[in-house]
Parts: sequence; structure tokens; C-alpha cells
Amino acid sequence: MTYSSVLIQFLNGLAGASTLFLVAAGLSLIFGVTRIINFAHGSLYMLGMYVAVWAAEPLGFWWSVPIAALAVAVFGAGVEIALLRRIYGAPELLQLLATFALVLIVKDFTLWQWGPEDMLGPRAPGFSGAVEIAGRPFPEYELFLIGFGPLVLGALWLLLTRTRWGTLVRAATQDREMAGALGVNQKWLFTGVFALGALLAGLGGALQIPREPATLLIDLSVVSDAFVVVVVGGLGSIGGAFVAALLIAEIKAFCIGLGFSQLTLVVEFIVMAVVLVLRPWGLLGRVPAPARGAGGAEPPLEAPSPAAIGALLALCGALALVPALSAGYTLVLLTDVLVFALFAVSLHFIMGPAGLHSFGHAAYFGLGAYGAGLLLVRGGLPMELSLLLGPLAGGLGAVLFGWFCVRLSGVYLAMLTLAFAQIAWSVVFQWDAFTGGSNGLIGIWPAPWLSSKTAYYYVTLALSAGGVALLWRALYSPFGYALRAGRDSPLRADAIGIDVRGLQWAAFSLAGLFAGVAGALYAFSKGSISPESLSVPRSVDGLVMVLLGGIQTLTGPLWGAALFTWLQDAVARGIDYWRAVIGGVVLLLVLAFPQGLTGFLRRRSAA
Amino acid sequence: MMTRRRALLGVASLAVAFSAAPLAQAQTIKVGEMNSYKLFPAFLEPYKKGWELALEEINKAGGINGRKLEVVSREDGGNPGDAVRTAEELLSRENVSVLMGTFASHIGLAVSNLANQRKVVFVAAEPLTDKIVWENGNRYTFRIRPSTYMQVAMLVPDAAKLKKQRWAIVYPNYEYGQSATASFKKLLSKAQPDAQFVGEQAPALNKIDAGAVVQALIDAKPDAIFSSLFGADLQKFVREGNLRGLFKDRPVFNLLAGEPEYLDPLKDETPDGWYVTGYPWNEIKTPAHQKFLAAYQAKWKDYPRLGSVVGYSTLYTVANMLKRAGGTDTEKMIAAMKGMEMDTPIGPIVWRPIDNQSTMGAYVGRLAKKQGKGVMVNWRYADGALFLPTFEEVRALRKE
Repeated sequence: MTYSSVLIQFLNGLAGASTLFLVAAGLSLIFGVTRIINFAHGSLYMLGMYVAVWAAEPLGFWWSVPIAALAVAVFGAGVEIALLRRIYGAPELLQLLATFALVLIVKDFTLWQWGPEDMLGPRAPGFSGAVEIAGRPFPEYELFLIGFGPLVLGALWLLLTRTRWGTLVRAATQDREMAGALGVNQKWLFTGVFALGALLAGLGGALQIPREPATLLIDLSVVSDAFVVVVVGGLGSIGGAFVAALLIAEIKAFCIGLGFSQLTLVVEFIVMAVVLVLRPWGLLGRVPAPARGAGGAEPPLEAPSPAAIGALLALCGALALVPALSAGYTLVLLTDVLVFALFAVSLHFIMGPAGLHSFGHAAYFGLGAYGAGLLLVRGGLPMELSLLLGPLAGGLGAVLFGWFCVRLSGVYLAMLTLAFAQIAWSVVFQWDAFTGGSNGLIGIWPAPWLSSKTAYYYVTLALSAGGVALLWRALYSPFGYALRAGRDSPLRADAIGIDVRGLQWAAFSLAGLFAGVAGALYAFSKGSISPESLSVPRSVDGLVMVLLGGIQTLTGPLWGAALFTWLQDAVARGIDYWRAVIGGVVLLLVLAFPQGLTGFLRRRSAA
Repeated sequence: MMTRRRALLGVASLAVAFSAAPLAQAQTIKVGEMNSYKLFPAFLEPYKKGWELALEEINKAGGINGRKLEVVSREDGGNPGDAVRTAEELLSRENVSVLMGTFASHIGLAVSNLANQRKVVFVAAEPLTDKIVWENGNRYTFRIRPSTYMQVAMLVPDAAKLKKQRWAIVYPNYEYGQSATASFKKLLSKAQPDAQFVGEQAPALNKIDAGAVVQALIDAKPDAIFSSLFGADLQKFVREGNLRGLFKDRPVFNLLAGEPEYLDPLKDETPDGWYVTGYPWNEIKTPAHQKFLAAYQAKWKDYPRLGSVVGYSTLYTVANMLKRAGGTDTEKMIAAMKGMEMDTPIGPIVWRPIDNQSTMGAYVGRLAKKQGKGVMVNWRYADGALFLPTFEEVRALRKE
């Protein structure tokens, strides 16, 4: 690289950083005050883009930007009032589920309103050309963005430090309960913050339209970038978000400039993993104040009564009888349900009783699947052996990643699991010669004696039920009780001589192993395996299943997995806008049963 | 319960069959269609309109030897696992006789893998991967569109003619882009041994950092550029490239960029003179295309995209195959497909017996701007038959 190209790539990085910062700042503000992980933040950004392109046609670009930002802010306020306000008291991850439902609904709304084609906005009038910098043409609009990012940072800083409202926001970020106790009207504070965050997301989206088209895929890609920036910078820290945006955008620009463009697939997640390992609260973050009150302490998980065990055994028996009644598609669907039930239970094992929230559990599912597939295709092992040994890949992956993850807690832990999952995904995705790259591996079928739907269904039933039983048994062993002690009171657990981290590491590895079993079963049921099996959407599916069923219950994940799989299957078949329908159903469930399905039933029977 | 009800139904339908004239419904032939409609709506909505038009025409013309054709269409969920389940559902619950559809390569491969296992015919519509008919080809899977390799081969003669030495390459970082790049390097080096490849950029799909990529390409000082970008990545690349002067005095070859799906959103950014493969729908004056165009516009009040042609031709393939096979027996259908000749809106095609690939071609031409819109000019139809690997190469790839 010559000096002039270094300079230009540096400027490119600055322009990218401004865009990243606008989205990330909103996300960070919202999280800081409301403790909501706003999964729909990328959707707000997408809405901003679409509204801006739409309004730019008649009104011109510069009018469309404030219009889009305000429209998204109003929408955000509406969402907060109508939806989120009702569920602040629920377990903290439930809001995540609600915002996930919003993602689905907003996406389908956008498709319905603006159609499927990408919409490229106009160039910005006044900044439509290029100026000469170091002898090379450089777009004027990028220069505008480079200036605009720090301007917003400055405005936010003034707002937060020089106004009364800003003081309240900072107070609530630092200690929400204390601010409430001192008489701050939390309702309007939360609404205001959410609207401001939405405004920033909409603004970021609108300002992006001269650079890239509005597409329906932008929401998830933006939100994952924004999460990374927020976490690297430190949750709730606006300055941190700015520094992190700068760091990541520059690293990306220089990866491209130096000829390592393939690395852009994953580089931000590598940065995040490194930062979290070295500085567990992000670059400029502070150790968060422990949340008091919200959701309340989780009640101890009672051992299932003999009657409940009997009912579960009866269920297994009933499932074993299904092939006698139907040999067709029912078995295919039930096989999927069983696989995901085991996956969800393994995730619940660390999320519920161990208190380790994982956003990247699909990594172990996928590693198990690839382990099995690779042993069969590349290793030439018999299918039966591949099925049994493959899951070890999931377990080993969890041993490795878990060692780092259990050193963190809360959202930081969740984001580190996500980072590792993305890193594992990118290796599988890029390693063409070994893993088959983006196409994956095909020809992974069960051995002939297991290849009928019925035979494979029994294999799945046996392994899934066995896996679930083992995991549940572990929860009521001394190991499980110690694990729960570590979750509920790490200090006291430590004081009585429990090695909390060691236990958590063991639990993480065990959960990874069983997710691997689910993955291996999945691979052989489909005959093929692709990188999507360890991608973020698969992890999110697992989260949705656990949360739908109810995180504080034992059997919840089973029902969540069954409901979600069945819903996807049934709704996708008959309805055009099936994503919105699933989103709507999830929202209704969240509003009606904030404790999850099983939690609701249990409370009713107790009352 | 289920079996008893089904048995009762069976008895009832038998009784009907014996007592009365055969019911039209019992004679319907079901085709299972599946695609990632939600993930790639820009291509697949026109695709759906295409096969819906074909379905209407086929049934109006008397169906398949007097039997009505029915398409059971499904969203495949956009990932291979769900797609395989969808295919299983079509096969075992809907009892379809043949599968068609899919868009992304990995989903196409997963479904073709299932078709091989379950021994059913699968006509892949959109996947471009070379592997689906070659490395991972199987006797049950047929593919209509010209593959990545074929479309690259269509562009290479023009590229070699320019005698440019230094080539830079940009591609979306997944199998399609990787194999387009590999094919281009191989074919160009053969046609022009002194060609050098001086810079390679592989941004993640849909996440191109266009400013930095364009700058890096400028720094490589290429004489010409080969790109396989499409969709949002292409739009960002074109705008940044225009602004930063990347395309000044540099010929650019871009796979697929002439397809209306990807060309139309470029509007007044459309770069002049690019060499592309695509579909100039408003300029093709062959009778077959005129007829298709009129029927399509009459039914949908919209112009066709390339997806429309693919959907239309895929369903006609299935219909022709069923007619030739005289029924829904899988082996007879496979035999019927071998060497089958048929017309499509963009020209006659032959289904090659050796690898189940059709000889459908693509239009090769240059981009130009007309009244603020992108169009293809100086185009010609490149017949797919001329750009396929030899039988020996195919046999080696298919390990036969």
C-alpha cells in the first residue's frame, strides 16, 4: 500500500465508523436504561432506509432524512408503549423474544409495503460528486458522513450531561431501581429513551441510502454489527460505542486494503472475542450494577413428582407407538421436533439452572453435525460410529469456548458465545476443501438398516429421550444443585467451597455435547449438512424455543421446541406472510404468558 | 385412527371409481414446487408468476395427455434442513410425482441429494452451481439454467479479445463467486496465456464494504475487471466505482448484471459498456418470446424478469417430460428427459443425456443507459450447448 492509499482507506474507515456509530449509539442507550436487548434495532434502521428512499422521490433527499428519522422515532415510541411497557417485569430475556417477534413482523410489513426489489436511493444533492484527495477522487458524501458522526456524538454528550433529562437517563443507566425510588417517572423516561434510540437508528438508515440500497436483508446484518460495536465499546457507553465503531470500521477497511478481504466475514467477531477475553466489560464499559427486583429471584426448580415422571414416560411410550399409526410425514416432522427438543433442553440446561445465557448454542449443534458428517464422508467411518462419535466435536468445541465464556456473565457472556459461534461458522464456511464450504456436505445418509423413516425415528427417539433424561438427571444430582447455587448466589456458593467456574465450565461442555448429539441426528435425518446449522438464526431458534416454553421450568423447552417447529411447518405452508404470523403468535404468547407456557400452567395450577 | 380413516377413504374412492366415470380429480398429476420465496423475493416472485402462467396454459391446452396438472407450491424456509423437510412433506403427504424449484446452490444440492435417496425426479430451476450436475450430479436431478461455468465461458471470448494483461477480480465470498472466479481464471489463462491476475477481493455476500473494495481494486492497477457481484452488493459497488473513477478506461465483465432483477435497480447509475450476461426482455423479437411476452403481460400487467422465464420453462419441462413418459413412473420420466428437445421463450433447448443439464443459454451483451434506465445493447443469444465441457470432462467430474 502506498501512503495515499493508506490515507484513503483510513478515510473509508472513518465514514464506515460514522454509520456504525449511529446505529450502535441507539442500541447502547436503549440497553443502558431499559436493559432491553433490542433485537429489532436493525429493523428500525431498515424502516429508516425504506421511508427515506420512499420520501426522497417526491421531497428530495435532505427532507427525507429528518422525516424518516422522526417516523421511526414515533414508531419506536409506539412499540415501547404498546408492547415493551407491559413486559418489563418479565424475565429479562423475554423482552428479547418480543423484539425478535417484531423483527419478523417489520420484515413482512416492509415486503408488503415496498415490494421485493432493492431500492437504491438518490445521491445526496450537494454531495453527489467526488473531490480530489491525495490525487484520488474521494466521494464528497463520505466526507459529510465523517463529519456527521462526531457531530452526533457531541450532541448526545450535550444532551446527556447538560440537560435534566440526560441526567435522569444517566442515573437510570447506572441504577435503575434507585432512580425509580427517587421518584423519576420511569414510564416516560423509558419511552423517551426508546424513541431516541429509534430516532438514531432511523437516522442512520436514512443517511445510508446514498451509499447502499434498501433491502430486506439489511436488518439482521446491521443489528449483528451494532451488537458487536456496543459490546466491544461497553454496554451503555456512548463514547465506547464511538471508539469501537472506529476500531472495527478501520480494521475492516485495512483488511480489504491489504488483501485479506475474506477476513471481513468474521473480523468483527474476532475483535469482539479478543476484547471480551481481555476486558470483560468492553473497552469503556463499567461493571454493571446488579439488577434488583426485575423478574425476581428464580424459584428453586422442584424435582418432578412421581406422577410427572410417569406422565413423561407415558409420553415416550406414546411417541414410540406413533409409527404403528402413521409412517408418512408425521414421522419426518416428529423427528425434527425430537431433535430440536434435545437441542432446546441442552440450551436450557445452561441458560436456566446454570444461568449462562448463550446466544451461540448452534455452534455445538453444528459442530456435532459436521463431526458426524466428516467422520462419515472424509473419515470413512461406518454411519453408526459417526453418529456416536460426531457429537464429541460439539463437546470439544464447548470445552474450548466454554473455558473463556464462563469467565463472563450476563450479556457479555451471551455475546462471547455469539462471537465464538460466528468464528466457528466462518471456519466451516470458508474451509472449502474439508467442510465443503458454503455448499456443505451431502450424502450423509443413515446405514441401510436405519434408513427407513420408522427406523430412524426410533433412533432419534431413543437418543433424544435418553439425552433429555440424562440432562435432567444431572440437574437433580449434587452437580446440578451446586450449579444452581452458583447461579443464585455466586459469593455464597464460593464461600462454601463450590468451584463455581469449574462447574459452569463442566455444564457448558455437557450442554455442548448434547447439542452435538442433536446436530448429528439432524445431519443424518436430512442427508446433508451446511454452514447454516451453526449460524445465528439457528441459535436464535433455540432461544425462542426455550423462552416460549418458559425458562424457569423443567419441561418448558420440550413444549417450546414442539410448538415452534410445528408452527413453522404449519404456517409456512399455507400463508404468504408466514413470518409475520409467527411473529404475531410469539408476541401474543409473550404478552399473555410472560413466564412462558409451562410457567403459566404451573402458576394456574398453584393458584 | 389415521389408518382406519385412510382405509375407509380408500374403500370409498374405489367404490366411486368402479361405479362412475373416472373423476377428474383422481387423474390430476401433482408436481411439488418449492423455493425460498421469502429470502429471495426479487427473483422468485417473477419466477412464481412464470410457472403460474405456464400452468394455466398447460391446463387450458388439455393438460398432460388429458390429465390435469396441479402444482403444490411450498416455501422451503431458506435453509437446507427445512427444505429437505419440505420436500419430504411434498413427497409423503401430498404424494407429488416430481419435485421442482430451489434457488440457492446449497439448498438445490440438499434437495438433489434427497431426490437421489428417495428415487424421485427433481428439476432444479435456479441453482447455478456446477456441482449439481457434475461433481455431485445424480441420475434423478436435472437442471435447466446455464451454470456458473457456462455463463463464465460465454463471457471469456470477449474478454480474451481485449488482450488486457492485468485482471482484477471481485466476487461474493461463497461457492457461486468462488467457482465463477476459478472458472474465469482457468478459461482466460487458456485463451490468453499472458493474462495476469493482480488483485482479488472477496467481500461477504450482501456485506460488501464498497468504498474500501473499490479503492483496493484501484490500487491493484488492473487493465480490466471481472466481477460476479449481484443484488445489493452490485449496486453499492457500481455507485462507489462510478464516484471513485474505478471504471474509467477499464473494461468490466460482470456475470448476471444484465438480468432485469439486478439491472433495473441501478437506474441512472448503470455503468456504460460493461460486458454482462442477462435478459434484454424488451428487445427479443423471436416469435416464441413475443408470444410469451404478450401472454405474461396480459396476465400480470408487468414485464417478465429472467426469473419469469426460468419458472415458465421449468414447469414446461416437467409437463413435456410427463407427456413423453406417458405417466408418472420415475424411470420412464428419466428416460423421457434424456435428449428431450423443447422450446422455451428464449430459444430451443435439449436435455443432455450425459449430465442432465439443459442447453439453455443466456444473452451476452453490453450495458448502456437509456432515459435513466439500464438496458443491454449489442446483445446476442449464446446457446448453452456451445459452452459446456466435453463429454470426457463431464465423465471425469461425475466419476462415471
